[in-house]
Amino acid sequence: MEILEQLTFLERGVIAGIIIGFLSPLIGAFLLVRRMTIISEGLSHITLTGITAGIFMSQSAFWLGPVNPLYTGLLFSLAGSLLVEKLRQIYKDFQELAIPIILSTGIGMSAILISLVQSSYTEWYSYLFGSIVTVTLSDLFFIVITGIVTVVILAGFYKELLSISFDQEFAVTSGISVKKINFLFSLLIALVITMSIKVVGILLVGAMVTLPVAASIQFAKSFRQVIFFGILFGEISVIGGIVTSYYLNIATGGMIVVCGVTILVVSIVVQRIIVRLRKTV
Amino acid sequence: MKKERHPLAIDVEGVSFAYNQRNVLEGIHLKIPQGSFLGIVGPNGSGKSTLIKSILGLLKPNEGTVKLFGEEINKFDSWSRIGFVSQKANSFNSGFPATVFEVVSMGLFGKIGLFRFMTKKYKQKVYEAVKQVGMEEYLSENIGQLSGGQQQRVFIARALVSDPDLLILDEPTVGVDAKSVRNFYTMLKKLNNEKGITLVLVTHDIGAMSEYVTEVACLNKCLHFHGNKETFENKKEEMMSAMYGHDVNLLEHNHEHDHHHHDHDHDDVWRDKQ
Ligand SMILES: Nc1ncnc2c1ncn2[C@@H]1O[C@H](COP(=O)(O)OP(=O)(O)OP(=O)(O)O)[C@@H](O)[C@H]1O
Ligand SMILES: [Mg+2]
Repeated sequence: MEILEQLTFLERGVIAGIIIGFLSPLIGAFLLVRRMTIISEGLSHITLTGITAGIFMSQSAFWLGPVNPLYTGLLFSLAGSLLVEKLRQIYKDFQELAIPIILSTGIGMSAILISLVQSSYTEWYSYLFGSIVTVTLSDLFFIVITGIVTVVILAGFYKELLSISFDQEFAVTSGISVKKINFLFSLLIALVITMSIKVVGILLVGAMVTLPVAASIQFAKSFRQVIFFGILFGEISVIGGIVTSYYLNIATGGMIVVCGVTILVVSIVVQRIIVRLRKTV
Repeated sequence: MKKERHPLAIDVEGVSFAYNQRNVLEGIHLKIPQGSFLGIVGPNGSGKSTLIKSILGLLKPNEGTVKLFGEEINKFDSWSRIGFVSQKANSFNSGFPATVFEVVSMGLFGKIGLFRFMTKKYKQKVYEAVKQVGMEEYLSENIGQLSGGQQQRVFIARALVSDPDLLILDEPTVGVDAKSVRNFYTMLKKLNNEKGITLVLVTHDIGAMSEYVTEVACLNKCLHFHGNKETFENKKEEMMSAMYGHDVNLLEHNHEHDHHHHDHDHDDVWRDKQ
């Protein structure tokens, strides 16, 4: 904690970025194989509702003292994540339906809350598009803690998550509790989405979960490779994005996405070339 | 442990099951002693897979109880003693980025436990299981890029890797070539004889199956027959016509030959292919 206090805001942003660049592709790999990457879009908007609710509470309920809105964001994100899981069960044959339901609910409620609170345009702007300049000490603390929780859960349940993602029926008959693991997975998604909000932005968190693994699946043969290259690409995008956005003074989230897309395009092209070469040889 | 000594591997008592009020299983009683090799036969839609899923606790029967090794299914927790190959095993997302090694490892995950990883000992087990099904050359290949029969073998290895005491196989040899089917049955027989593993095999391949199993169960909503192979052989035609009706190909085949003749015929066919 004391070490964190001595950091400059740029250093804070970079550390936050490194954590996010590591964890987003990790969760993204599981979302990818479960065909659920789109969930990040729905959850980010419900997280916005939580953040606005947090700001609203700090402004209207003084006795609570200042609450970092990321915590209320996390609560909403978790509720949304569990709700998505529930909706996917209810609409078994139309599982994608869960996302627009959550997404529109999130935006609708956010709109109402935003109209009730007094906040500057720039504050919303940084939530929507991400900005390292606004990563406060308390934000960094939040990111470090949620990051540690995420790593611990993943280390404990990596095998179980993989098995369920591949073949749920078999997982059950090898003694894995699908309910428990799915709950933990919902928690993991909520944690990663919320921790990314400040740096990458609500509108762009989906990118960190999706782009690095979309690039790595181009040539990964094993699940481990998907994760390994996903993390590599994730870190390059985040650090590249943070550094360029800082020196050019532009939106961090935007630059991170641009880096991610560049890596994706390059890996698609390289993969094509490799396939061509193999054919001609 | 005293549980291990329990005489019955599977004990199904009065199980009925309905999908959306339509009865698929009615009053099934089935006791399978440890060490037996049971073949389950029955026409399409007769409830074989449903019965298997009820036995494994994947479906909750509307009536009746299931016990594995004497333990009530919803309290059962020795899952590493069970190996399962589902009928739909190879209907997985074929783009899934997993290697043969990774897929077979999944058979050990329940056994290894939380917060632990694959050690050398476990990796060795995976190699052995993969070798047992003759797929060792493909260890680091992507599962989606194998042929259907090769995938099926990998799923068999995944079921074998945890050294189960009870192996349940729902049409495991669909798409596996004739020679490999033969080898596969021989391997099952060996597991059954040498290690005393209890085997339950759902199959449509009645001719080949009956050479290997010790018991047969005929299912069509109700359990029409359950007994040792010899009794089944004697009652075969009667059973088959009761279950499948008369105009089924399988029966025409049977009407033309007497049993022994038929079985020999069958043998020759296999030999030709080997
Ligand atoms: N998920 C489901 N929902 C509704 N009905 C189902 C479902 N699965 C199976 N059934 C019905 O239950 C009956 C038994 O199916 P089951 O899969 O157990 O048959 P089976 O004996 O395994 O057939 P096969 O030889 O084709 O594998 C069938 O009539 C089928 O239509
Ligand atoms: Mg079936």
